[in-house]
Amino acid sequence: MDMIWDGIKQAFVLLFHGDSQVLQIAWLSLLVSGAATLISLFIGIPLGSVLGLTRFWGRRFVVSLVNTGMGLPPVVVGLVVSMFLWRNGPFGILHLMYTPYAMVIAQFIIALPIVVGFTMAATQSLDPKLRLQITSLGASRWQLGWILLKEAKLPLLAAIMAGFGAVISEVGASMMVGGNIMGQTRVLTTDIVGENSKGEFAYAIALSVILLILVYVVNLVLTMVQQRHKAK
Amino acid sequence: MRDNSTSAMPLVEAKDLIVTYGGQKVLDVPSIGVYQNEVLGIIGPNGSGKTTLLLCLTRLIKPQTGIVSYNGIPVLDGKSILQLHRKIAVVFQESLLLNTSVWDNVVTGLKLRKVPAGEIKTRAEKWLERFGVAELAKRQARTLSSGEAKRASLARAFALQPEVLFLDEPFTALDGPTRQALLEDFKSVLGETKITTVIVTHDRNEALALTDRVGVIIRGKIIQIGTPSVVFSSPANEEVASFIETGNVIHGVVEEQSEGLAMVRVGQVQIEVCSERPAGSRVILLLPFDDITINMPSAGSTKTSARNRFPGKIVKLFRTGSQVRVTIDCGIELTALITRKSAEEMELREGTRVVALIKAVSIHVIPRD
Repeated sequence: MDMIWDGIKQAFVLLFHGDSQVLQIAWLSLLVSGAATLISLFIGIPLGSVLGLTRFWGRRFVVSLVNTGMGLPPVVVGLVVSMFLWRNGPFGILHLMYTPYAMVIAQFIIALPIVVGFTMAATQSLDPKLRLQITSLGASRWQLGWILLKEAKLPLLAAIMAGFGAVISEVGASMMVGGNIMGQTRVLTTDIVGENSKGEFAYAIALSVILLILVYVVNLVLTMVQQRHKAK
Repeated sequence: MRDNSTSAMPLVEAKDLIVTYGGQKVLDVPSIGVYQNEVLGIIGPNGSGKTTLLLCLTRLIKPQTGIVSYNGIPVLDGKSILQLHRKIAVVFQESLLLNTSVWDNVVTGLKLRKVPAGEIKTRAEKWLERFGVAELAKRQARTLSSGEAKRASLARAFALQPEVLFLDEPFTALDGPTRQALLEDFKSVLGETKITTVIVTHDRNEALALTDRVGVIIRGKIIQIGTPSVVFSSPANEEVASFIETGNVIHGVVEEQSEGLAMVRVGQVQIEVCSERPAGSRVILLLPFDDITINMPSAGSTKTSARNRFPGKIVKLFRTGSQVRVTIDCGIELTALITRKSAEEMELREGTRVVALIKAVSIHVIPRD
């Protein structure tokens, strides 16, 4: 019990004293996962809209793939990305292995199916007649897509939350492609694993608390945006 | 309202429309035209293909076969479909407002059509005002009542100043008083703007009140098209007659024929009608509810111009507003529509013995073979 209390006390000491090392690790976590989520939104929202709003041959196959992808094990993603970025791998020449960029790539792959899946569900939940109405107002195909996305904006915020939540908390892929290198690729989750294996439980708990606060704050902001729209 | 030159080119025209869902033909319309400044009603029972026809005419869906032309020019590719959409307006049964303010709902289509900003403002203000929802402009559309939402969606459609206005059961989802008030407003707007309109409805009274021509569509086919008075008084066949339900529909066989007067046997009863059908031919008779008069059997002189007198007994009285539907068993069952006042004065009850009268010329004859 003491150990847990010590950990929590230490967490607040680390936070309020502005331990530069911890702040840097937390900042990198936010940066890597934020970038991965943002990129996955740019690609995933159009992709999910197409899947949700159109019918084409092989669509079911792609939808099944996306649904499977939503539960993609991060270690598998880490393994595959490692193989591609490895010195002798197809993209070895880019020297991305063990850099934050490699972590962004891996986390992007994890977040993408989640964002696509949520977008698909959000756009599918719209009244099909709404599309006819918007089309009859004189919208081109692109204008229709844009207006429909605006209509689906509340469920789309759930896509952001789910995508970000998945990547900020994953550890397998970041560990494998980042390597938990101090000052370069160490993020909150990989550091927690490291401290835990060294027996530094208090420090690990402190990092966990910081991670939870981070996730909480991001979700709080998004939820406030979502509920404000709903309340109108 | 329409000039009588049927030779004039229709504004919207469709040819050889066929739509199938899962192998089943839901629409089969060889030809239909909508003329400048007319109000065309499309009526028919639920599931008859009315909405599908409207979606084809607006090219919101693509028929399996057939061509829709606008102003004589076929609407074929995506670009011409978009151009068509920017000339028309469509109002559906659901108000289908976007999840934004009422004002934004009205201006969205105008922006898509690249109407100048100044004019957007003028038009939006004018039409919100005209439909009595100007004070709701800033409200979120999803917080409106169904009547307010319908008014907003009509304002949105009229603000587009469409060349053709399409409406799909626009007043169906509204409750009685709301519907009546809106119907009045809508009718006067339609009269002022003289806008070419296609209105799909299953409500016969709406069709009678609003349209210049009506097409009756049953099981995907347009069975009859004409002025409301013609369609409602002379339905083309039994299906139309039973949908329109303005009279008693009775099957019979012509027994005698003499100089255009036919005697039709229906069970134990003989009915005299004006028809050239030869003896032996099977016919369907439509006896309009409001052309049947009810007399008391004792009523002095029996001299009347009505060729048909059916003594019988009242089996049912049903009040609808100021009118009473009286069903009489006189060998065949006949329903007559009379005023509540005369029903009271004659002290009609279930079981009262009466005589039902109808003139031969009032009976509509539909050949059966």
